[in-house]
Parts: sequence; structure tokens; C-alpha cells
Amino acid sequence: MNFNKNDKPISILVVDDELSVRDSLTKWFTEDGYKAGGAADANEALKKLQPGKWDIIFLDIKLPGMDGMELQQRIKSIDPSVTIIMITAYASVDTAVKSLKEGAYDYVTKPVDPDYLSHLVANAIKQRRLLSENIQLKERIQELYEIDQIIGESPAMLKVFDLIKTVAPTDTSVMIRGESGTGKELIARAIHSNSARRFFPIITINCGGLTEGLTESEFFGHEKGAFTGALYRRKGKFEMANGGSIFLDEVGNIDAKAQTDLLRVIETKQFTRVGGDEIIKVDFRLICATNRDLELALKEGKFREDLYYRLNVFSISIPPLRERRTDILLLCNYFLEKLASSINKPVTGFSSEAKERLETYDWPGNVRELRNAIERAIVVAKGSTITVDDLPIPLTPKAVAQDHSLEAMEKAHIKNVLEQMGWNITRSAEMLGIDRATLYHKIKKYGLRK
Amino acid sequence: MKLYILPLRFTDNNLLGELSSILSDVFKLTVSFLQEPFSLKEGYDPVRDQFNSTWILSRLLERVSDESCKILGVTSVDLYVPVLTFVFGEAQLEGKAAVVSSYRLRDELYGLPKNPKRLKERLQKEAIHELAHTFGLIHCREPECVMHSYTYAEEIDFKSKDFCSTCSVLLDHKKKQPPS
Repeated sequence: MNFNKNDKPISILVVDDELSVRDSLTKWFTEDGYKAGGAADANEALKKLQPGKWDIIFLDIKLPGMDGMELQQRIKSIDPSVTIIMITAYASVDTAVKSLKEGAYDYVTKPVDPDYLSHLVANAIKQRRLLSENIQLKERIQELYEIDQIIGESPAMLKVFDLIKTVAPTDTSVMIRGESGTGKELIARAIHSNSARRFFPIITINCGGLTEGLTESEFFGHEKGAFTGALYRRKGKFEMANGGSIFLDEVGNIDAKAQTDLLRVIETKQFTRVGGDEIIKVDFRLICATNRDLELALKEGKFREDLYYRLNVFSISIPPLRERRTDILLLCNYFLEKLASSINKPVTGFSSEAKERLETYDWPGNVRELRNAIERAIVVAKGSTITVDDLPIPLTPKAVAQDHSLEAMEKAHIKNVLEQMGWNITRSAEMLGIDRATLYHKIKKYGLRK
Repeated sequence: MKLYILPLRFTDNNLLGELSSILSDVFKLTVSFLQEPFSLKEGYDPVRDQFNSTWILSRLLERVSDESCKILGVTSVDLYVPVLTFVFGEAQLEGKAAVVSSYRLRDELYGLPKNPKRLKERLQKEAIHELAHTFGLIHCREPECVMHSYTYAEEIDFKSKDFCSTCSVLLDHKKKQPPS
């Protein structure tokens, strides 16, 4: 017997007005263990058609009334996943090629060699199985994004999940707002993964890290010789995102020229590569994120108003961790389980004092800071339980500074992070959610020393 | 249960005798030969220079009225069904009639010297295979099971005359069921 992976017998429908062809093929397939059926014309075939009912349809090109080519299109509109193999009485290559272009898997010329027929059906089944496995794997990956990466049960996060579910299936542009470290990119990926574009890529552009002068090339690519050093043609991010989504992280940081370029590609969905004149058409969904006050930037004239309205169609605000403290222990346990196994240390829980410290700390670096803190604690933990001593959290976080100005708080926090990270600039910048250059600038500004 | 064998343009009585014996043994049937073969003329397609096996099956069915009987046509002519270039044989699935041809089983058709022993083996395997279809057995994935479907004569040599354990159980089960 021939079974697919779900143990459902493969089903084959033979649509041919010649009774002898219909009967001999259905008989051949039945003897081979397939579930086979026949239809004498388009009407009978359409009556027998339901999505998912047939795996493979053998379809005669010449049928009375509606011909095989037209019926092929009707079938595909009802069940796009069905594998169609055209039957032709003579070697009409033109018609056969046309049917292949319309989406047929292959064609056979009557009479067909039994060996060829066996292999054709076996290959079609193999292809269907691979496609089905591919879809299942992609769904699995999607599940991983949904379930594995965004953690939260607080009312604020449940509202965020609701918004993701509402906006994901649409093609609407989404603006994700939230402090550094709140997981804006994860939200963007969840939106993409739950959209019809999920089988195409999501391309991230970190607008905060764009090199001045190379932004246009980063967005749109360049032709060979477009500028000094451009030895080969390079695809831009928008071209790579065709069919999928573009995620513009830290979109509030782009300069005026890039804002103009961005607005143009959003409006026209086309562009030319730097140094080229070929118009490239693209289809993408836009997802942006920022932790900047864009409205203030608008007022100050630092951000284009027309671009702002294009980007900010649907807004999702991710609350900072201190505003959803009920999620803290949930996140701690999640990171502990995940990281302890990857670090290969048998750390399984937190002491009650450690839990209290974790829950009361303000986490200015949000989930990213929490994750890093747990990772460090697992590394330094001496037993199976993480204690207060293992946590890289200041003992008196609320008394860090007598001066409650934002500047003083920032200075104290940066100093604290630097000390936790042993003055490792890269890791400290990562924990703070800023780039290394900004961190150096702030160290200099606040006169911080090892 | 009884099996009738009707030779159709098949004259090798030794092969027929041995075939009768093995079919009786495998299916536990009483085997009889029918005389008076019908003419194959109507089933002949001059364009293909082949004989329509489905037409032969329909004529075979006219020769047996008893529901509990099976009939096997054995022929030396080249067989076809309309959609395929050729067949080694054809059977009614869960029916009464089957036909098998020695035409494409002969080594000499492939430029090799005659090999009567091999022809006998192949014919017996194909006859068992087609007759088992009339009991409702379908093709099997076990390469050595007689119910495995091969489309090249030389591939038939891979398989045995025996049923695999699953097909064997199925055959016993099907034989106990009343004829449909």
C-alpha cells in the first residue's frame, strides 16, 4: 500500500472522456494501492472536487465542453495544492508546455509507458511529501517564534499579543514603540511570522547603525562600479525583502536624505540601484521600531511628517519591564531553563531573596538586561540555586543616587553596568542597548573611570 | 473453488501443465482447462499491433457463470490497455477473470538467447500475481513479494513466486470471504 506521512492513502482522480482510459488508469492506480476515482468531463470533475480530497489529478487536455486547460485553472482556484498531470493523446508540446506554465506538474502522452507512469506518480508523491514537510517545518518555526520567544502573562503584554494577532494578517504598516531591550524585534518577527508573507524573508535594517553615505546602497543596492570599491553588483535590503517584510529598527535615527529615499520607496514600491537605471519593483510590508520620541522629532523638524504618517499606521507600544512586574519571574524561569541547559550548568531555581530582588529592581535595560543578568548569575552560581550574591543588581537600587535627575540616574546606571561587565565595552553597550560609540561618548561625558 | 485456464493462441502444453500445477498449489484450487478458445480478432488493434487485454477479460467472463469460479486466460500475444504501451497481464480486482501474456516475458524479445526456464518462472509469477488480484490483493512494496509490480521483464526475476507474510495473510482472509 502507498501511504503518505499521515497514513492517509494517496488519492488520484482521472479526468478523461474516454471510458477505457479512465477505467484502465483508475484500475492501475487501485492495484497500486492508491484511492482512485474517475470523471468523464469537467462538470463531473468539479462535482468531485473539494479542497484536500485529491492529491493528484490526471487531466485530459481535450475534454468535451470545458477543455482540460480551462479545467486546470478552475481546479487550481478551488484546490491550489493539488498536483495536476496532463494527459494528451498526441505529443502536443505547445499545449503541454502551456499547461506546465499554468502550474501543471507534468504531462503524459497516451499511450504511456507503464514504467514512466509509475515513476511519474512516485515522484509527484515525493514532491508533495517534501512540500508538506516544508510547510510543517515552517509552521513549526512560526510556533517557535510565537511560543518560545515572547514571554508575558501580564495584562499589558496580553494586550500586545492581541494587537499582534489583529494586525499580523493584514498588510498594514506597523510602528513598534518601546524602550531599549523590550523586545521590539521579536514583536516584528511575530507579526511577520503570523502574516501571509511568512514564507518570504523579513529583512532587518538597523537604522541606528547605517553608515553615512552608504545608506542608499544599503537600502537599494548598487551596480558594479557605482562608486569606488563597488566591484560587484550588490542587492539592497528592499530587493531582498521582496514578497516579505522590511523591519526598520531605530527608524527615528535616520537622516533627512534617508527619510526622503524611504518615503519614495514606500510610496512607489519601486527604486533603482545606486549607479543603475533599471527600475526594480518590490512588494514588501513595513514594520518599524523606535525608542525615540518621534512626535518631538516632528515638532523639531527632525523627522518628516509625511513619512511619520506612512510609518505610524498601526502602533504597538511595548511596556517596560518595570510596568509589568508580574512577568519578571516568568521571564526569569524561562531564561534560567533555556540558558542553564545551553551553558550546561545544573542550576534549577532562585532563592526567595533573589526572587524578591529580581522583582523589585527597575530593569532600565528591560528584558535584555534581565536576560544578561540571569546568564551571568548562572555562570557564577555555585550551587543549584541562584542567590542574591550571584545577581549583578545593585544592593540598593533605589538609593543609587541622591540626585534624582535623569542625567545622574543615567551616569549611575552606566557605571553600574560597566562594573558588572568588567568594563567590557561591547557587552556593556549591548546591555545598555546603545552602540559602542555612544557608550564611549557617555563615559567621556560623565568622566567615568575603571 | 475452481480455476479454469483458457489458452488463447498459446501452444506450449508443458508450460501450461506446470502453470496449472503451481496455481493449484498456491491458491488451493481445482484447476481445469477450457477448450474452444475464442477468436482474438476483435481485440486486435492493427495500429498498435497489439491485443486489448480489457476486451479479452470481458470475453473470458462470458465463459464462466459460476460465481465461485475464476478464469485465467493464457496467451502468447502482446497485450495492451488503451492508456499504456503494454501490459504483462490484466485482472479484475476482486473479480473472476485474469489474463496473462508470455509475449514480453521472452528473453529473445530483448536480443538474448531463448531461456525456457526463465520464461516459465516469469509466466508463473505473473499468473500468480494477476490471479491474486482477482482475490482482491493489490500491489505490495516488498520487492520479493510476488505482488510487487515490475514493469520490466528482467525485474520480474527479482521477485519470488511467494507472497510476503502480509499478502499471505490477506490472501487467506480474502479467500474466506464470499465472492463479491
